[in-house]
Amino acid sequence: MSTADRPVSRPLSPHLQVYRPQLTSTLSISHRIAGVGLALGLLWLVVWVCAAAGSGEVYGWVAAFNGSVIGRIFLFGWTACLFFHFFNGIRHLFWDAGYGLDLKDAYTSGWTAVVAAAVCTIGSWLIASLMR
Amino acid sequence: MVEFALPANSKVDRNGATYPAPSGAKRVKSFKVYRWSPDDAKNPRVDTYEVDLDDCGPMILDALIKIKNEVDSTLTFRRSCREGVCGSCAMNIDGTNTLACTKYIDEVKGDVKIYPLPHMPVVKDLVPDLSGAYAQLATVEPWLKNDSPAPERERLQSPEERAKLDGLWECILCFSCTTSCPSYWWNGERYLGPAVLLQAYRWIIDSRDEATGERLDQLEDPFRLYRCHTIMNCTRTCPKGLNPAKAIAEIKKMMVARK
Repeated sequence: MSTADRPVSRPLSPHLQVYRPQLTSTLSISHRIAGVGLALGLLWLVVWVCAAAGSGEVYGWVAAFNGSVIGRIFLFGWTACLFFHFFNGIRHLFWDAGYGLDLKDAYTSGWTAVVAAAVCTIGSWLIASLMR
Repeated sequence: MVEFALPANSKVDRNGATYPAPSGAKRVKSFKVYRWSPDDAKNPRVDTYEVDLDDCGPMILDALIKIKNEVDSTLTFRRSCREGVCGSCAMNIDGTNTLACTKYIDEVKGDVKIYPLPHMPVVKDLVPDLSGAYAQLATVEPWLKNDSPAPERERLQSPEERAKLDGLWECILCFSCTTSCPSYWWNGERYLGPAVLLQAYRWIIDSRDEATGERLDQLEDPFRLYRCHTIMNCTRTCPKGLNPAKAIAEIKKMMVARK
């Protein structure tokens, strides 16, 4: 009987446990996580708008949360998700059209998306804090 | 389905046996190698082999062969050509998939961790069961399909037509790319994976092949083709420097263009 026919339960070789994180795969999963983050932020935006249209008391709670440390971290994360998803999304549009698929280009565009997202996120918070 | 953790029978015992280097060895490197045998009911483990680099060839495969010849003859792995054209010795070395025969030991900082190609059933030690992947390759019918009467001589191609096959014909089917792809890890039963899709594209754009429409029909499926999300681990890891992600993108473009 060949090994292939033996009734042993073969192990599955390690995957996530041993595969070194790559820029390629890290940005890919980050894109998805950012998408989930955007959806959560959008839900909060709906609450915010509804509260603004409703009673002043409810709006006060929402505004208090937004102004708190946790609220600001949440909103900062939301803007970071927005900018990263936006720039990385452009990258995906180019790929779908067949451009920028060479490994070197994919690395250049990947780092560009990360830097652009960081600059825009921090920049927009700086501008917002100056306008207060 | 997405399962991040390994099944109970696959969890790896990191503290296997250690085989020290011979005394007096000056340049010692540790090779931490995944071991599993179907002959006992034990879980996989990692054994450590200390190798004297002054008495060993430059490649990872040289070290594996040295270990098998001189230290532990039960260590099991595939190898044949030792020059990167057969694809037998593909494995996960230092966290990425590549060929043991073309990977320099010097390229690896610290201990050399060696595992079988990821997310595959293990036959023994570093030998994965690739029969599923080979069956998927068969589904794309990787041969010339042409119903025209056979010409007297070769079916000619222009230099431009021939150039379209460059970057595709060089694939040695080692499946390093396919087993580096998270999408293939989670949906490998239905998604064909980068290696097989690159082969499919190799025949789709061959000017001598007449089954282009039929081939595209066969790939028009939410899973077979479209589980590719342009993660690009495939292109990153290909030991031959090929670009499966680009080949898949070209297939997707053809799907849209023919509508």
